[in-house]
Amino acid sequence: MTVTEDRSGAEVGRDRRRKEDSRLITGRTMWTENISLPGMLHLAILRSPMAHARITHIDVGPARELPGVVEAIAGRDIADIQGSLPCAWPVTEEMILPDYPPLAVDEVRHAGEPVAVVAARDRVSAIDALEAIEVDYEPLPAVLDMEAALADGADLVHSGHGTNKCFSWILDSAEAGTGDDVGRAEADAEVVIKRRYLQQRLIPAFMEPRSVVVDPTGEQITMWSATQIPHILRLMLAMATGVAEHKIRVIAPDVGGGFGGKLQVTPEEFIAFAAARRFGRPVKYVESRSESMLSAHHGRDQIQDITLCAKRDGTVTGLSVKLLANMGAYLGIVTPGVPLLGAFMYNAIYKFPAYRFDCTGVFTNTTKTDAYRGAGRPEATFAIERTMDELAAELGMDPLEVRRRNWIGHDEFPFTTVAGLTYDSGNYEAATDKAMELFGYDALRREQDERRQSNDPVQLGIGVSTYTEMCGLAPSRVLGQLRYGAGGWETASVRMLPTGKVEVVTGTSPHGQGHETAWSQIVADELGVPFDDVEVLHGDTRTSHKGLDTYGSRSLAVGGIALVNACQKVVDKAKPIAAHLLECDPADLEFVNGQYQVKGSPGAAKTLGDCALAVFTSHDLPDGVEPNLDADATFDPGNFSYPHGTHLCATEVDTETGRVSIRSYVAVDDVGRVVNPMIVEGQVHGGIAQGIGQALFEEAVYDADGNLLTGTFVDYLLPGSPDLPDFVTARTETPATDHPLGAKGVGEAGTIASTPAVVNAVVDALRPLGVSDVRMPCTPERVWQAIRDARNGAHEGGERS
Amino acid sequence: MTHISMTVDGVRYDDDVEPRTLLVHHLRDRLGKVGTVVGCDTSNCGSCTVLMAGNSVKSCTVLAVQADGSDVTTVEGLAGRDGSLHPVQRSFHETHALQCGYCTPGMIMAAVDLLAENPDPSDDEIREGLEGNLCRCTGYQNIVKAVREAGAAMRTSGQQVPPAKPAERPETAAQEVTT
Repeated sequence: MTVTEDRSGAEVGRDRRRKEDSRLITGRTMWTENISLPGMLHLAILRSPMAHARITHIDVGPARELPGVVEAIAGRDIADIQGSLPCAWPVTEEMILPDYPPLAVDEVRHAGEPVAVVAARDRVSAIDALEAIEVDYEPLPAVLDMEAALADGADLVHSGHGTNKCFSWILDSAEAGTGDDVGRAEADAEVVIKRRYLQQRLIPAFMEPRSVVVDPTGEQITMWSATQIPHILRLMLAMATGVAEHKIRVIAPDVGGGFGGKLQVTPEEFIAFAAARRFGRPVKYVESRSESMLSAHHGRDQIQDITLCAKRDGTVTGLSVKLLANMGAYLGIVTPGVPLLGAFMYNAIYKFPAYRFDCTGVFTNTTKTDAYRGAGRPEATFAIERTMDELAAELGMDPLEVRRRNWIGHDEFPFTTVAGLTYDSGNYEAATDKAMELFGYDALRREQDERRQSNDPVQLGIGVSTYTEMCGLAPSRVLGQLRYGAGGWETASVRMLPTGKVEVVTGTSPHGQGHETAWSQIVADELGVPFDDVEVLHGDTRTSHKGLDTYGSRSLAVGGIALVNACQKVVDKAKPIAAHLLECDPADLEFVNGQYQVKGSPGAAKTLGDCALAVFTSHDLPDGVEPNLDADATFDPGNFSYPHGTHLCATEVDTETGRVSIRSYVAVDDVGRVVNPMIVEGQVHGGIAQGIGQALFEEAVYDADGNLLTGTFVDYLLPGSPDLPDFVTARTETPATDHPLGAKGVGEAGTIASTPAVVNAVVDALRPLGVSDVRMPCTPERVWQAIRDARNGAHEGGERS
Repeated sequence: MTHISMTVDGVRYDDDVEPRTLLVHHLRDRLGKVGTVVGCDTSNCGSCTVLMAGNSVKSCTVLAVQADGSDVTTVEGLAGRDGSLHPVQRSFHETHALQCGYCTPGMIMAAVDLLAENPDPSDDEIREGLEGNLCRCTGYQNIVKAVREAGAAMRTSGQQVPPAKPAERPETAAQEVTT
C-alpha cells in the first residue's frame, strides 16, 4: 500500500494557515471557564482591602447561612492542607523566602490578597455571600517605595525577617574573569553618562482571565487551569501540598494568552485545590478582570541606575548597572530570577570591555512581580538602548553610528561577551542596513532638520533600537549555576498510528503561539507525511506526562529540537522494517520525501505508513525487531538562542499638547530560519504592540496607602486599534548554529526591541528643546511637562526618569 | 424571576431569569452558548460582543431581560449549517488575525457589524470602528487586514449586511461568496 502523496515543497518555511483557528473563529474553544462538572461548586474569593494589616478576627459563619452557599472557609480552616506557594528560583543562598499561604492566615501584605472563600451552587450566590463575611483588620504601615524600604528603620513587609531586602546579586566582569574592572574604566573614561531610568509596573493583561476547575472525585485529582505551565504546576502542587504527584493530573485546555502572566503557580489554583479536597466536590473559580489586575502577578517595576563610560570617539569602555527590583509582597515562581535574566543583556550587542551588574530585590506591600513578556531583557535593552542614544547626543554623533562603532561584527561570531555568554551568530550590519532602507532613514533625518529649523510645533523624532536577547530557556547547567530549581530541557514524543497518521506529544504548552500548526509542519517534513496527517497533543499531564512548558521563547528553540530528534528516531527505527519489506540491506536504504528507497534506484519504495502497518500487524518482522515505531526525545540546549534585530520608529510629537503619534515603525528581526513566516510576523506584531504599550500607555499605579488605582481596563490603558500604526516588518536570516532547523526564539523579541525605539524617538523629537528624557509611559501630560520643565530650565531639561 | 423569550443563533429559548442577569451570563450559563466570552467587568474589552437585532452589543452591558423578544446572533451562529464560514471568519483565518483567540468571537462580531454599516471602510475607519474591542496578541494589524479583505470579498460577491435580520442569516449568504 505504498501511497505517493503529492507534497509540493517543504512545509517548513511555508505560511501555513493555522489548525487552531477553526475552533477559535467558530466559538468551539474549550476555555477552562467553559468546563462544568456534576455537583460542581462555584468559588468566590474575599480579598484584602488593605495593603498591610493583621487579621484580628474573621468569621465566615454568616456567609454559610445565605441561600445557595454550601461552604465558606478562612485561611485557618485549610492551613493544614493548603501548603505554601513555591518560589523555584532562590537566587542566592541568603535570599529571604517568606512563607506564602495561598489564603492569608494572620496577616495580609498586599491589597487583593485572598482571605476567605465561599463555595456556592452558582457563582452569583458565592459572590453575594462575600459581603456577609466578617473580618477585622488592624492596619500596619504599608511599605511602597523601594528606596524607603531599604532605609534604616524602615517599616517591614515581613517583620519576622528583619529587612525588606530580599537578596542582592552581583555580576562583575573583573571578578568573573570575563572582562576588566568597571571602576577603573570609569576613572579612565573621557565621557561618563549617568542616567536613572524607571521601569514602571506593568500588568500582563492576557485577554482570558484566569480560571481553574478541580475535580477531586477520581483516582487522580484533576485540575484544569488557564496556565502556561501545566507540568510545572503539577509538580509544584505535589511538592507544596504533599499530595502524591501521580495522584494529580493537570490540564491546560485552550488558554487565552499568557505573556508570562500565566507562568505562575497561583494562590487561586492552590485555594481551589484545597477547597475541592476539603469539600470532596468539584469546584470552579473564575476571576473577574478586576481581580486579575489586582492579584495576578505584575511585571517590570525596577529602578535602573546606569553608568556608561566611553571615549570621545564613541568607543564604549565600561558599563555599570545598579538595579532595584520590586518583588512585591511575596515571591512567585520565578520572581527573583527575572532581573537576573537581564543581568546578561545590558551589554547587549556591544563590545564593552568592563561590566558590573549589582541588583537588589526589595519587598513592598504590593502585588508580587514576576515574568512579563521578555522578563528582564526588555528592562536591560531599554536601559542600554536609551543610554547609547544619550551617548550619541553627548558626542553629537548619529545614534546608529555610535552603535556601529561598538557592536560585534558579523565576522566575530561566535562571540563571548563581557557578561560571559557566547553569542552563536548574528549579523547586526545586515539587519540595520535593511531597516534603514525600509525606513527611509536619511530622508526622515532631513525632514527632522527642516522641522527643527522651522520651529514646527509638531516635531519629528527618530528612535533606534538595535537589540539582541537571550531566549530559548535554557541550558540546564546554566540554570543550575543560577540556582534555578529545575532544568531547561524539553521533550517530544512521536506516535506512529497503523494507518500512517501521526500523533505528536509535546511538553510545550501553547496559549496562542500556534504550536499545533508549526509542529505539524516540522513533523510533515521530518517524516514525509502530509501536514493534515499530524495531530499535536499537549497540555494534559495524562497524555503529555513530561515537559517544561512554554515561556522564554523556548518552545521552538528547545522543544523544536526535541521534536526533530524524536522524528529522526522514528525514521531510524522504521528503517530495518522497510528493508525487510523491500528485501534489501538497511545500509542500502535512504529516506527521501517520506519514503525508504534503495540508494540510486527510487523505483521500489516503502513509506513510513507502510512500516507502521507492518509493525501493527507484526506478522512478518525481522527477528529481534521490537514492534514499535514510537519514539521520544528530550533535548537540553547547550546554549541560549540569540535573536536580534534593528527597530526604527518615527514619532510625531506635538510640542503644544504633548501628544505622541507613531508615524512609521520598521522592524527587521533576525530569528534565524523560520518555520512559519506568517506566525512569526504575528508574534513580532504583537510583541511590538506590547512594547509600545509600555512606552506610551501602560502603568500600574498604587496610591499612598497601597491601593491599586489601575484595577480595571478603564484605568489601565491597553493599546486599542486606533492607538497603533501598521508595522513594516522584514527579516534577515542568520541561522542559529546550535539548532537543527537554524531557528531562534521569536516570542519576546518585538517587546524587547520596541519600547526603547519608541521612547528614543520621543526624546529625539524633543532634544532641541532641552529634553533628555521622558518617563514612561510617555503620556501627553508627561511629554508636555517635560517640555515645560526644559523651557523653565529644570535640571538636564525635563523630568528625569 | 422574569419570563423572557429570545432567539439565539436561530433557536428560540424561553426562560425565567433573575432581572439582574446579564445577557452574556444568560447566554453562557443558561443556554450553553459558551462561544461568547467575558474578558472584563467594565465593558472595555468587547470580548462578549454579539449581534442583537442586527446591531453589535457588548452582551455584558445588556440585561437578559432587555433582550426579551430579540434575535441574537453569536459567533456560534455565524457559519452556515453546513459549516461554511462567514467571510469575516474566513478572512480572520486567512490573514492570521488571531493568536490566542480569546478576543476573536467579539472581534468577529464587531467586524460583521462594522462592515454592515460601512461595506468599504478605510483602514482608519476599521481601526476606529473596532476601538471597543481589545486584543493583546496581534497588535491589530492583521485584524485590520482581515476586515478589509472580508469587506472586499463581500462586495465582490454582492453580499450585503449579512446577519441583520434572521431571514438573512449568513449560511446562505456565505455560500455565495466566491474566493
